[in-house]
Amino acid sequence: MKELRLMKGNEALAEAAIRAGADAYFGYPITPQSEIIEYLMAQNTEERTGMAVLQAESEIAAINMVYGAAGCGKKAITSSSSPGISLKQEGLSYIAGAELPCVVVNITRGGPGLGTIQPSQSDYFQAVKGGGHGDYKLIVLAPATVQETVDYVKLAFDLAFKYRNPVMILSDGIIGQMMEKVELFEQIPRSDKEYDWATLGKKPGKDHVIITSLQLQPEEQEKVNLRLQEKYREVEKNEVRYEAYNTEDAEYMFVAYGSCGRITQKAMEMAREKGYKAGLIRPQTLYPFPVEIINKVAGQVKRILTVEMNTGQMVEDVRLAVGGKIPVDYYGRFGGMIPSPDEILNAFEQKGG
Amino acid sequence: MIMNEEIIIAGFGGQGVLSMGQILCYGGVMQNKEVSWFPSYGPEMRGGTANCTAIISDEKISSPILNTYDTAIVLNQPSMNKFEDGIRPGGLLIYEINGITRKPKRDDINICQIAAYDESVKMKNTKIFNMIVIGGFLKVKPILEVENVIKGLEKVLPERYHHLIPLNKEAIQRGIGIISYERKLN
Repeated sequence: MKELRLMKGNEALAEAAIRAGADAYFGYPITPQSEIIEYLMAQNTEERTGMAVLQAESEIAAINMVYGAAGCGKKAITSSSSPGISLKQEGLSYIAGAELPCVVVNITRGGPGLGTIQPSQSDYFQAVKGGGHGDYKLIVLAPATVQETVDYVKLAFDLAFKYRNPVMILSDGIIGQMMEKVELFEQIPRSDKEYDWATLGKKPGKDHVIITSLQLQPEEQEKVNLRLQEKYREVEKNEVRYEAYNTEDAEYMFVAYGSCGRITQKAMEMAREKGYKAGLIRPQTLYPFPVEIINKVAGQVKRILTVEMNTGQMVEDVRLAVGGKIPVDYYGRFGGMIPSPDEILNAFEQKGG
Repeated sequence: MIMNEEIIIAGFGGQGVLSMGQILCYGGVMQNKEVSWFPSYGPEMRGGTANCTAIISDEKISSPILNTYDTAIVLNQPSMNKFEDGIRPGGLLIYEINGITRKPKRDDINICQIAAYDESVKMKNTKIFNMIVIGGFLKVKPILEVENVIKGLEKVLPERYHHLIPLNKEAIQRGIGIISYERKLN
């Protein structure tokens, strides 16, 4: 059996980045995710794997360092929390436009503005609907446990390189700060693969490689947009991930993701104990969103309740997936407040089960 | 029977509240249990009260954050004020005598007191205060083997402090010896 360790979400994420064979981390500290850079610094990654870890002068600098490293075909990762992620949006739009791979971690806290340092899911829209300008998508992974955090770091790099697209791990202060049992994957060696799209200096007999998100001709930009859309359809076809609990006989369905997903799971179990045939769908990818399964259960259950640590964001995507077949309600806490299982059960019963 | 123990540990910053939770959880890992630990983080840690939630269970843990607890371990008065009401009926309150000015008011829970600070002074090392409290807890709720908790401690404690493990072991034993019931429900 592999070694089980008790680790904080943020530290486990940092360790997973090293083990995934990341070439570089660029970041700027902010609560509740500063342990990521602290851990990486303490690990002396330069000696361990040769991974570069740098505290940039700002979040904007960090994301542009990621842009540069990604342009060389390197595995680059950055992390921040909500206000810092807002600062990174311009860079993310450029990276998506230039079709480069990278991993961005958001350990979400309450907002808007500087908000609060406590956990929140209020960056859902920003993460799944674009965030920066222009028609682009991030692939968004939503871990609910420290173990999933670790596994998703590896997955995020794989997806980023498979689709040459930025991938976001949308976590929050609960998963970042909590400690859980975790099994770490073995060290993956850093790769020295030279991708043909990477700018590594012009080779004799080969064309210049140009990385840009600027097209002066609208005809060319439209082609880029079409290519991106084609890619997103592929992503939607191949990469939907979710966990479904008790869907077989369910008459009522909860939909919740991340830390809120696991709290809602408890509420769902309590509802079962009270005799309600309740189930739960926990999206693990928020983009691509698990549309198909939600649409399918909408033909079976009486109503759906989404539970979120925001004022009701994912509920819109659930309603789109349901297509008006059945009522979809929302319950949530926000601003750094965390709903309890009792509270969720109460909301569920008040909305008519 | 399925074991599921949900504990809040609270006191002043510096009393070792967060590490108590970690040690118990690592002890749980050593005993093949599911565990979760969640700290209060942010401004409240700086000089004020600190608390953490530790859950040790035979089953997968769904919510790491709780409003009610099986056990509250409180090391000062603000923590008593904040967490006494959240203990489930029939649950357990352990309080440190020196930290408390007002006695608990609940009559539907088990209440234990422990003079861990006095005992740590007797042992000439007040830093092991929290291990004495852990010992007391394990006496009343023997959910983990002391050996496994020590193994957990070895994981939490940086290696340069490993020479202190026998002292910590002794502290757990003292805690087991000195905890006493103020009220025990039938």
